[in-house]
Amino acid sequence: MQLEYFHMIDRIVDLKVDEKTIVVEAQVPKESTIFEGHFPGYPLMPGVLLIESMAQASGWLQLGVFKFERMPILAAVKEAKVRGSVFPGDLMSIEASLTHEGSGYAMTEAKIRVGGKLRANSALTFTLIPFPNADMRSHMDAIAKRVGFPQQAVSP
Amino acid sequence: MSSTFDQVATIIAETCDIPRDTITPDSHAIDDLGIDSLDFLDIAFAIDKQFGIKLPLEKWTQEVNDGKATTEQYFVLKNLCARIDELVAAKGTSA
Repeated sequence: MQLEYFHMIDRIVDLKVDEKTIVVEAQVPKESTIFEGHFPGYPLMPGVLLIESMAQASGWLQLGVFKFERMPILAAVKEAKVRGSVFPGDLMSIEASLTHEGSGYAMTEAKIRVGGKLRANSALTFTLIPFPNADMRSHMDAIAKRVGFPQQAVSP
Repeated sequence: MSSTFDQVATIIAETCDIPRDTITPDSHAIDDLGIDSLDFLDIAFAIDKQFGIKLPLEKWTQEVNDGKATTEQYFVLKNLCARIDELVAAKGTSA
């Protein structure tokens, strides 16, 4: 995880395209400039970054289900709950499931667990757009390699 | 069983907090009711679920952007309901 670059996801653990579910891991760094301000003497992951982590896990799920034909963009956050703090050094396990496939949009539900305990959950809505340019597509391809996106999952 | 319009109007009223009695078959979802694209996703979701269909929003948007259709054809509620009825009927035919 590189918080400053919004690289939230480290590894795709399990992507089940048929079941429309994903599990990913995200290792919270022990040090980050973000923790210098949030908060001095009591560093913890900002709730908004927990939501971003759930959105990115949901994003990889959708890239798998929709075979990289559309880029999911976060559009709405619903029922987001931060049930417990996430601290520097914690290993987050994030699971997401696709709950609805609309025309040009999709909805997911996602959960963050640390050590098996639920720390946050949310229902998220995404718009699905064509990749706007080659740069973004190649960027996503590069990140896909880094996080171990299973290319066979989207092969014909 | 309530009409398609009654069901859609109820969805819009509950989703967007719009007084039900201000929603008529001739209301334009965008121009008259002020529903934006993001709120319309919630409405589309509720319609998809309630009627067991998939509103082809991408296709409609493309047609409007290409000048092949007007927003009135899809977003005036009586027209939207007619589209929903067509999709429901097509689903029944293909089942």
